[in-house]
Amino acid sequence: MNNNIKRIGTLVLTGVMIISAAAMVGGCNKQDNNKEKDTIVVGIQQALDGLDPHTVESAGTREVLYNVFEGLIKVESDGTISAALASEYSINDEGTVYTFVIRENVKFHDGSVLTTEDVKYSIERNAGLLSEGGEALDDAFTNIESVNIKEGNKVELVLKTADSEFISYLNEPVIKKDGEKNANEKKGPVGTGPYKVIENVAGDRLELTKFDDYWNPEKAANIKNVTFKVVTASSAMLGMKAGTIDIFPYITEDQANELEAAGFEILDGNTNLVQALYLNHNCDKFKDVSVRKALNYAIDKQEILDMVAGGKGTILGSALFEGFGKYYKDCAGIYQYDADKAKTLLEDALGGEKLTFTVRVPANYEVHMNTALVIQNQLKEIGVDMKIDAIDWSTWLEEVYAGNNYEATVVGIDAKLAPKDMMRRYYSKGSGNLTAYNNPEFDKLYEEAVATTDEAKKQELYHKMQDLLAEEAASVFIQDNVQLVAINKKLTGYTFYPIYVQDMACVKWK
Amino acid sequence: MKKRNYTLIAGTIMVLAAILIAIIAEFYTPYATDALSVSDKFLSPSLKHIMGTDNLGRDILSRVMVGMGTTIKISGMAILIGGTLGVILGTVSGYIGGFFDEVLMRINDVVASVPSILLAMVFIGVMGRGTVTVTVALGIAFIPSFARVVRGEVMNYRHRDFVKSAKLSGAGPVRIMFLHIMPNIKNTLLAAVATGFNNAVLAEAGMSYMGIGVQPPTPSLGEMLASSQSFWGLAPWYVIFPGLAIIYLVISLVIFSNGLKKNM
Amino acid sequence: MKSVIKKIITFTITLLLVSMVAFLMFQVIPGDSVLTKAGMNATPERIEELREAYGLNENIVVRYFNWLKGFVTGNGYKSYTYNMDVWDLVIPNLKATILLAGYSLIIILAVSIPLGTVLGYMSGKKKKSVSRKIGSLFDVVNQGIMAVPSFFLGIMISIVFGLMLKWFIPGQIVSLEDDFLGFIGAITPAAVAVAVPKIAMLTKFTKSSITENIRADYVRTARSKGMTLTSILFKHVLKNALIPVITVTGVISTEIFAGSIVVEQVFGIPGLGKVLINSISSRDYPVVMAAVVYSAIVVLTVNLIVDIAYRIVDPRMGGKS
Repeated sequence: MNNNIKRIGTLVLTGVMIISAAAMVGGCNKQDNNKEKDTIVVGIQQALDGLDPHTVESAGTREVLYNVFEGLIKVESDGTISAALASEYSINDEGTVYTFVIRENVKFHDGSVLTTEDVKYSIERNAGLLSEGGEALDDAFTNIESVNIKEGNKVELVLKTADSEFISYLNEPVIKKDGEKNANEKKGPVGTGPYKVIENVAGDRLELTKFDDYWNPEKAANIKNVTFKVVTASSAMLGMKAGTIDIFPYITEDQANELEAAGFEILDGNTNLVQALYLNHNCDKFKDVSVRKALNYAIDKQEILDMVAGGKGTILGSALFEGFGKYYKDCAGIYQYDADKAKTLLEDALGGEKLTFTVRVPANYEVHMNTALVIQNQLKEIGVDMKIDAIDWSTWLEEVYAGNNYEATVVGIDAKLAPKDMMRRYYSKGSGNLTAYNNPEFDKLYEEAVATTDEAKKQELYHKMQDLLAEEAASVFIQDNVQLVAINKKLTGYTFYPIYVQDMACVKWK
Repeated sequence: MKKRNYTLIAGTIMVLAAILIAIIAEFYTPYATDALSVSDKFLSPSLKHIMGTDNLGRDILSRVMVGMGTTIKISGMAILIGGTLGVILGTVSGYIGGFFDEVLMRINDVVASVPSILLAMVFIGVMGRGTVTVTVALGIAFIPSFARVVRGEVMNYRHRDFVKSAKLSGAGPVRIMFLHIMPNIKNTLLAAVATGFNNAVLAEAGMSYMGIGVQPPTPSLGEMLASSQSFWGLAPWYVIFPGLAIIYLVISLVIFSNGLKKNM
Repeated sequence: MKSVIKKIITFTITLLLVSMVAFLMFQVIPGDSVLTKAGMNATPERIEELREAYGLNENIVVRYFNWLKGFVTGNGYKSYTYNMDVWDLVIPNLKATILLAGYSLIIILAVSIPLGTVLGYMSGKKKKSVSRKIGSLFDVVNQGIMAVPSFFLGIMISIVFGLMLKWFIPGQIVSLEDDFLGFIGAITPAAVAVAVPKIAMLTKFTKSSITENIRADYVRTARSKGMTLTSILFKHVLKNALIPVITVTGVISTEIFAGSIVVEQVFGIPGLGKVLINSISSRDYPVVMAAVVYSAIVVLTVNLIVDIAYRIVDPRMGGKS
């Protein structure tokens, strides 16, 4: 018996000694943050939901895969559209036929050359045209009638109904034909982008390395390896300071201050979201336009910006954000903060009755949660009692977005670069109308805008729609949140885009 | 005459002090816990804000006070739920024994083999995030430990003479279980409650830390620690005070339960 | 032999019950796997297609048995979110958590048993002796350490030793497969954070167990026969005193496992906690179920081992515990 215990004791002690020795060895692999490293690490807060750019659903994944895959066109940082895998393209006058000349000598990561077959395959896969009765992977692509290969390395796209905004969807990645069939989750399908995948460790990290045969030397990668590492905000803060993370996008103002003090450079751009206190139009409390207007007057948007983002961000007055370029209209001036006016409006509408409602907020988004806290305080001043119900994103999607089971919510809505993608959310017959907004006048404008190919007319109609939503106080539009990125001071070139993109090819050492 | 149990006295005073703070916080805090202010962000501790302010300009002292209350309420309720159900299950199972005991103990194993954090995460799904969820989840997670302790004790007593004589005099099983056996295991139970309370405080803080516990704007010590972790460079006081508050709560409970054990 | 078979059957039934309970609970949860995967820009057709592909349109009993079949055979048992085998996804993370918990346990045993023995031995000496006072002082310190939540300790460790003293790099990426020793090195601070409060607890327990035994009659008898206290300690006291310590170790093993899940979050270690939080928030049920069942296996196995160890150390303990 005694021997047994001694033996166990010896075993335990030996184990401890081996492991402690290992720990010392492991602890010595320290990194020097001030040297140019082969590998930079980007912290991301959401795990990737796959590597197949057509089937992944989350915006967080798409913005990472941007480095691996490219589309026919590319959206530039100023919102203009430039040629990518298509060297040139043309649209017929009706806006129904798009013709692309496919660039020659573009190589896939496996060394093979890009062909029109690959392009046709990728578009058909998205449109659900690969087999009879196939389902479209992308809503926008349901409008495609057929994809035809033409003489001279051309691909022709025929639409069912005219759509002059369709071009902006064609940044949808092109993958090698049938390449996804042999793909596994460690590698993924074959793309043409400036970086190729070394390994994906699902839920933890994606390791990329520079693709040496990239077709465009001007846009080729500078840094040899890039790792996207899934982190929680708090552990990332420690990691940044310790030098294990070089770039960390989507941080809050406070985190930015903390990291700036720790010697990081802070860059700011737009998140390309319309953050708002969205009001459910099916809810009786918000049927009266005076109530909605009162809320618009009672909420001090500048204070929200000051509170959650150190005053940074773009105040919005309607449903589009600046990234939409000429279609965007600045409506921010319509409601200036005026608590007295709000009180009077509310009293007239409710006859002295107290307004109480619950706002359901996806708690995983700190910025929306903090915004809700500020709004709660502001509404208290005009005697409105707003309760906060913190839910998780999945519940938000089912209950609020799909189920319309809510009174109000604070969230940011994103869209592809086509303005109709955002405006369909207010179209009574549209999909994704989360506030159940229903206004025949708006519907008419929307239908006209989508149909017309006259650019000036289209622009005017979209401006009218924004005016209408603002005047009707459809919701309390707040801001396009600032996007803060902390970056290692030795790095330069990080670029913001009006779409979800983390473009690492343009990042380089100073 | 017994020697005075100073441990118990000290523990009781410390626990009562914590409860007193929580009660005061119900009626009075220096500042409103949800009063945001841009100009008051990250103020270091001063006479105005004894524990400083946080990233939204809220007074940390006020939030720690209320947070302590939240933690005590949740832990207390959880122990009440877990204790009551655990005692009933443990007593019945220990007294009746046999197949019924076997089944109950398997169920006990099922609950015990799922970490309480996990259980809470599932409960969030069912009931949404918030205080009630945390309480219920913790309560259920604590049933097995109580049931086990009580069952063991009851098994010890069920063949004792005083039980036999009670049976002979015609007392029903419920009466025997709760009137005859229960007083004998009172002390063991009290110690289990104190230890359980202590574990509940840690579990609640841990859950709130992971974002699955109490939800903002309700202040909780764990939630404060979680959001403060990012700002230790700018505002170390934001990390330290809620941390100290948790430690104080746990220490006082540990001392209290040690005192109880000495009394046994 | 019979009891071994009985144990195995009980083990299996408990696991089945765990899986059923977990499966049932998930059916009640709000939040939809497919909607969460597909997001706000998906067509209703796409959502219906995914629902069909995941077999979510079947009734609950069919779905449970489909799940069970998939889980046991591993055929087509894929994560909704990652489109990869759940096995490949959960096992590396489970390994990390088990390593962390096991590492902590080793630290705990290696520190607290010798320390507790020495302290117990000291307080076994004469009243009012210096060593007894030192023992009491340790008690007070111990009390304080026990009260520190391990995640708070983790935060403090990464701030003080990671950022200020630069002994280690918080959040450093070390792959378990590529560099085992490096990984063990990287999780050392986390293991310490998990271990310290439990060290305090087990030290206290060992100490009191040793003290109790030293004061027992058989020690007095042995001493009267002229044996030194030290030799009694090694020949008799340790054996008797460590039996309850084993039981307590079993109890805290589960707590260590649960504690590791929280502390992982502080240090950004990709373990079971990360998988659980990610998969629950994305309603990735195959992954959640796997994580629940695997962790139940770990907990039940630990209990079983403790049970067996108990019988080996003290063969008198047969039958029911």
